[in-house]
Amino acid sequence: MKLLSYFRGEAFQRGVHPPSCKLTADRAIRRLPFPPKVTVPLSQHIGKPPRVIVRVGQEVVRGQPVARTEDWLSVPHHAPVTGVVESIDLRPTARGPWAPAIVIRAHPGATQEDLWGQPRDMAGVGGAEILQAVWDAGMVGLGGAAFPTHAKLSVPKQAKVHTLVVNGCECEPYLTCDHRVMVEEADYLIQGIRYAMRATGAVRAIVGIEDNKPDARAAIRDAVGRAGKLPEGEIFAELVPTKYPQGSEKMLIMALFGVEVPSGALPLSMGMVVNNVGTLAALGRLLPAGRGLTERVVTVTGSGVARPGDYRVALGTPLRFVLDYAGAPAADAMDARQVILGGPMMGQAIASLDVPITKGVSGVLVFRREDMAERESRQTYPCIKCGECVESCPMGLNPSALGMLAAKREYELMGEDYHLGDCFECGCCTYVCPSNIPLVQQFRVAKQILREQAVA
Amino acid sequence: MGSFSDLALAGAFMAVLGIALAMLLAFANRKLYVWEDPRIGEVEELLPKSNCGACGQAGCRDFAEKVVGGAVIPAQCTVSSVQQRQGIAELLGVAAGTVEKKVARLACGGGHHVAFLRARYAGLRTCRAAAVVSGGGKECAWGCLGLADCETVCAFDAITMDRHGLPQVDPEKCTACNDCVEVCPKGLFSLEPVSRKLWVACKSQADGDTAEAACEVACTACGKCVADAHPKLMQLAGNLAVINYDWNDHASREPIERCPTGAIVWFEKPDRPVKGAAAKKILRNEPLPVLH
Repeated sequence: MKLLSYFRGEAFQRGVHPPSCKLTADRAIRRLPFPPKVTVPLSQHIGKPPRVIVRVGQEVVRGQPVARTEDWLSVPHHAPVTGVVESIDLRPTARGPWAPAIVIRAHPGATQEDLWGQPRDMAGVGGAEILQAVWDAGMVGLGGAAFPTHAKLSVPKQAKVHTLVVNGCECEPYLTCDHRVMVEEADYLIQGIRYAMRATGAVRAIVGIEDNKPDARAAIRDAVGRAGKLPEGEIFAELVPTKYPQGSEKMLIMALFGVEVPSGALPLSMGMVVNNVGTLAALGRLLPAGRGLTERVVTVTGSGVARPGDYRVALGTPLRFVLDYAGAPAADAMDARQVILGGPMMGQAIASLDVPITKGVSGVLVFRREDMAERESRQTYPCIKCGECVESCPMGLNPSALGMLAAKREYELMGEDYHLGDCFECGCCTYVCPSNIPLVQQFRVAKQILREQAVA
Repeated sequence: MGSFSDLALAGAFMAVLGIALAMLLAFANRKLYVWEDPRIGEVEELLPKSNCGACGQAGCRDFAEKVVGGAVIPAQCTVSSVQQRQGIAELLGVAAGTVEKKVARLACGGGHHVAFLRARYAGLRTCRAAAVVSGGGKECAWGCLGLADCETVCAFDAITMDRHGLPQVDPEKCTACNDCVEVCPKGLFSLEPVSRKLWVACKSQADGDTAEAACEVACTACGKCVADAHPKLMQLAGNLAVINYDWNDHASREPIERCPTGAIVWFEKPDRPVKGAAAKKILRNEPLPVLH
């Protein structure tokens, strides 16, 4: 298959080229030990929280379901460690408000093997059964959005999917967890892609990888060769230009096929489903074993840690424990403002180090105090109408005008006439703004208010 | 002479057209006429025209229609003066009626001098924006962020930020229009009738020790107020003292007296919350440092 758009040197229009800073790209994934306690928030995904099915004082083993749900837009949770349920209570979250969570005290010396789940034969299992298995595994998109995977893979009756797009771009600077997963777990990834193709009915799958990761493409091509001829269809691995935000699904489709997904529409309307490589590799690992999602790969990096790397972390591990293990300064010598959850472009500043790693956390960035001090002293100036943000917005919006409307609280106008709904908060406009205007933060507030109005 | 006949023809044509259109308009005026009570306009003239929505209607015009229709009483416009209400009542020949005055009340007492910060927030200076960033800088996840969204949104100038970064509501100016209730990202404001004098000025659902470590005036759910109050009036729920205002007639100052932190207050006057005798005295005026 010829992917002409790449050879023409076009990706999508606009976008930015931040320094890649991938410090950990050539370090193998390592496993983190269990913390003494894990905190499993019930709401780690988009959708309703599930319902708790364990009691305080109950012993649970790693992989045992601790929360269950019948609601389609929700996922169950599994105990990340073997231990005792210590409390079911409100706990702090990275988003801010305290939320219900299950706290499990790990047994000292408990094994990291999964002790729950029956291996099952996945050969010839149909789409509906795969969807159910994905749901039971508690899978959400591991790229960061944490949308329930079974809902994303289920195709409505009237729609037809021909292509599964596998997102291996990892365009965020610093993050390398997807890169390492592609290199080290290519066989699991191929398995996961096959299940997803069966579930969606896609006849081909294309892994899109930014061209700064040729080793990942080589690993996937090797794995495709090892897998031989597949009954589900062909799997391709293609390079796309390195540019931020290439990992957004609409940008990736533009780079691979040269077509634009219309405003307000999903890739599904064009017969495509986009999934992250981390999600599919986890599917390939969990489904044949009949297990639930109990851990994920997290990139811990930045100038503030002595041992940056990609770590396999039990879900619910407190951030403080992860930082301590990765060689961040002692607790009294650092504070939460040095830490960002996620990548530097779309990640979130946090106000407390007591929040747990959840299913949607792909990275932990730690900076030295000196680095942060310089940033914090930056002043915000009025908009000088230079148009840099318009030149950078991958969705073709006008962030400058949106920012001025947000300052005047004209939220409805922003939504109706300026297509605020198309903004996916990639951060390009804020990154290039010479006046340091926090545009994305304004848009997040505006979108939140519009959502509230829509509900009311 | 041709030009004169052209002129006459054009003039005659325009005259006929004019008459035809005039007849059409006259016909439409008869057939499509909608009678509207002239009193609606008169009532609207007597309303404050702030379109604030405090009455629960879509605006002053909507309220005027409902008043004339008899669906609501004039006193439900809490923004208008007594004279205005009386004027409307006389115009319509109904009683102005009385509606108990409501004021906006803040369920938080944690100013900068008593509530710790866990991080210093440096972004956009609005509560909404701060709440998006990990819930803002307050150690207490429920507490007032103090960035004055409510002061900005209040159209009646009833809210001012005090020196500790807490909004103070002027009950004289407050019209209970609900704007502050909607704007607060922490949901701390509610509209309360002034007869509700007993008030829990805290929303922290953290356990007692955690709540008190974050804020010196937090409700620690110690239960002394519940023990002292009328049995139906107060109870503990979600690490908080909760008042059941159905039993407001039995409210007294008694429950506040033993409150160790002063989270339970008594509004002696609508603008003057009083703490109990056992509440710890806060002598500090300067802001507390950032924790961690």
